[in-house]
Amino acid sequence: MNVLAVEFGNLFGSLSSFLDYTIGGLVFGAIYALIALGYTMVYGVLQLINFAHSEVFMYGTFAVAWTFVFLHGTDSVSQSLGEALPILLVALLAAMLVSAAVALLLERFAYRPLINKNAPKLIALISAIGASFALAEAMGLRDRFAGWVGLDDNLANYVSPEKARDVYSNPVTIQPKDLFDIGGYTVKDIDLVVVFAALAMMVALDQFVRRTKFGRGIRATAQDPEAAALMGVNSTRVVQVTFLIGGLMAGVAATLYMMKIGSTRQNAGFILGVKAFTAAVMGGIGNLRGALLGGLILGMMEAWGSAVFGSEWKDVTAFVLLVLILLVRPSGLLGESLGKARA
Amino acid sequence: MIRSKKTLRGVVALAGVAALTLSACGSDDGDKDKDNGSASGSALCGKSLAFLGALTGDAGALGQNMVNGIDLALKEYNAKNADCKVTLKEFDSQGSPDKAPALATQIINDDSIFGLIGPGFSGESLATGKTFFEAGLPSISPSATNVTITQQGWTTWHRVIGNDDAQGKADAKYLTETAGATKVFVVDDGQDYSKGLAGTVKTALGSAMVDSDQISVGDTNMSAVVTSIKNSGADAVFYGGYYTEAGLLAKQLRQGGFKGTFMSGDGSQDPNFVKVAGADAANGAVLSAPAGPAPAGFEATGLYATQSYDATNIFLAALEDGAESSEDINKFIGSYTNADGISGPIAFDDKGDIKESKIYAYFVKDGVMDVENPEPIE
Repeated sequence: MNVLAVEFGNLFGSLSSFLDYTIGGLVFGAIYALIALGYTMVYGVLQLINFAHSEVFMYGTFAVAWTFVFLHGTDSVSQSLGEALPILLVALLAAMLVSAAVALLLERFAYRPLINKNAPKLIALISAIGASFALAEAMGLRDRFAGWVGLDDNLANYVSPEKARDVYSNPVTIQPKDLFDIGGYTVKDIDLVVVFAALAMMVALDQFVRRTKFGRGIRATAQDPEAAALMGVNSTRVVQVTFLIGGLMAGVAATLYMMKIGSTRQNAGFILGVKAFTAAVMGGIGNLRGALLGGLILGMMEAWGSAVFGSEWKDVTAFVLLVLILLVRPSGLLGESLGKARA
Repeated sequence: MIRSKKTLRGVVALAGVAALTLSACGSDDGDKDKDNGSASGSALCGKSLAFLGALTGDAGALGQNMVNGIDLALKEYNAKNADCKVTLKEFDSQGSPDKAPALATQIINDDSIFGLIGPGFSGESLATGKTFFEAGLPSISPSATNVTITQQGWTTWHRVIGNDDAQGKADAKYLTETAGATKVFVVDDGQDYSKGLAGTVKTALGSAMVDSDQISVGDTNMSAVVTSIKNSGADAVFYGGYYTEAGLLAKQLRQGGFKGTFMSGDGSQDPNFVKVAGADAANGAVLSAPAGPAPAGFEATGLYATQSYDATNIFLAALEDGAESSEDINKFIGSYTNADGISGPIAFDDKGDIKESKIYAYFVKDGVMDVENPEPIE
């Protein structure tokens, strides 16, 4: 036991820093999990990996930053969570709306024409990758669009002229406040809010899919689209709602992310998208609870990997773990599909 | 359909032939100019300097600063020498080592170009140095700081800015002597520039370096590095890399309760550093750069404008000195000394590095990076 304690001390420093690593990992894991929902829901229903989902998230982060610029102005200040709360709630709404709108547009223009024509899944995958590039580049070129419609001056704060591809920051920095101590580690309000908000959204969504009539429709379509259609489930509507939910969750993730990180750019979705997709696969793609579990485990593994081997090994640790999990459980940790979830 | 494709191909082929013919004519004209030119004044009158660097793209603003400096020097020269004007040809590499080599070929094949200001960045300098050296085209970079460029034996390559080696040593000195740090944690982002700078800092710190770590570009979650830094008991952090990650690291460090000095190099010396970090976290940060502020009344503004102005003036001084060819210019640059350059005293060593370079420490105060009053690190 003593030896273990010494080893532990060597790896993580102390109990308080072990908690520090773990909670840092959990916070990001929660954000991964929320984004992972978008991948997992769409996969569950359509057996299609929506690679453009990372851009759905990225548009949400810009919606948050722009809401602050619009309601607060561009002068840079620090506020506590309480002070920033009114604007933050508006920003949450804006991010959910924007992300949901982007997700619905994706469904309408990048997927539905292909699904209606019964195109092979591979074609839809290519369409997803194309849509992802188009959305990211559109954000990176927003200064030009604003220039074309002659809105340079009015929109200068939003398009950041000449630097649209550069990092774009929320003018309001949300300063975390210390709440209480556990084992020498101080818990901060932002971290707590991020983790609990993500958990609450997960529970709500899980209950929605399990208990509501619409949730039953989603599960039915995931199990057998044709039989579901014969039973009177409107499959087009189900697909739309699936994208809508993925978008709403990405909007929440974007708000939590901006609260924690505070800046974004046109390619901000890429790395988070890859991580979230990994989390979805780790937990079992198509499985809602799996997305949560996968996200949290991935976040913690990254943090622990950084602690033990150094930050340059963080992704290696996380992906070696993914490979190991898939070797033992090829369908992910919880391995169940959306359709098989019990009511 | 097939027909129209053929027609198109025909047009393309014709255009290609036309272009070849035209460029052939161009080079003929160039030769004639040379013959005529030597009869009256310098053979280089009426010819051009080239600029190679980022004018658009993520780092486009830096290239624009450089062109401002070059334009100012040319304007002053052309006003004095109406009979021997020099123009500027701009080549936009977007700062990319992938795009620069094709432009380098264009530049060396253009007979009207007798010298190059640039390349702007280290990556593109390494990618094009051999081309320019083999063509014998003299170049002076206002901003490429990677140490290895001048170790390649490219005798036509020069820079009017201190290299990362000089900056790293100065940064380590600042941290231990001025800031009084005894335990420095060094972080970099794994890129060439960042590893080079952080590596020099590590070596110069010696036993004052407590530990090091490496993050990756584009990653925004620094919580693990922050915990490692706090664990190490470090009283200062040096970050080698660019402003986005530097800002995120500074922000998450302060939010994690780190109280020591935060320092980074010229890659982070950008107003966006403060925006990303937020005013509170950025306050007190120290950012070094091998470039000082422009003297009062200097018309061209922005980082590297003064270096570009000085680099251009070296070429123009060579012209006034009666240089007739690239070899003359290269020889002239090698022996050039100017104690009163706008960016500082200028003289080159035999590798093409500037002999004396001053590194400045810039400070963030009250949520603004004070670009007017840096302190030179002696």
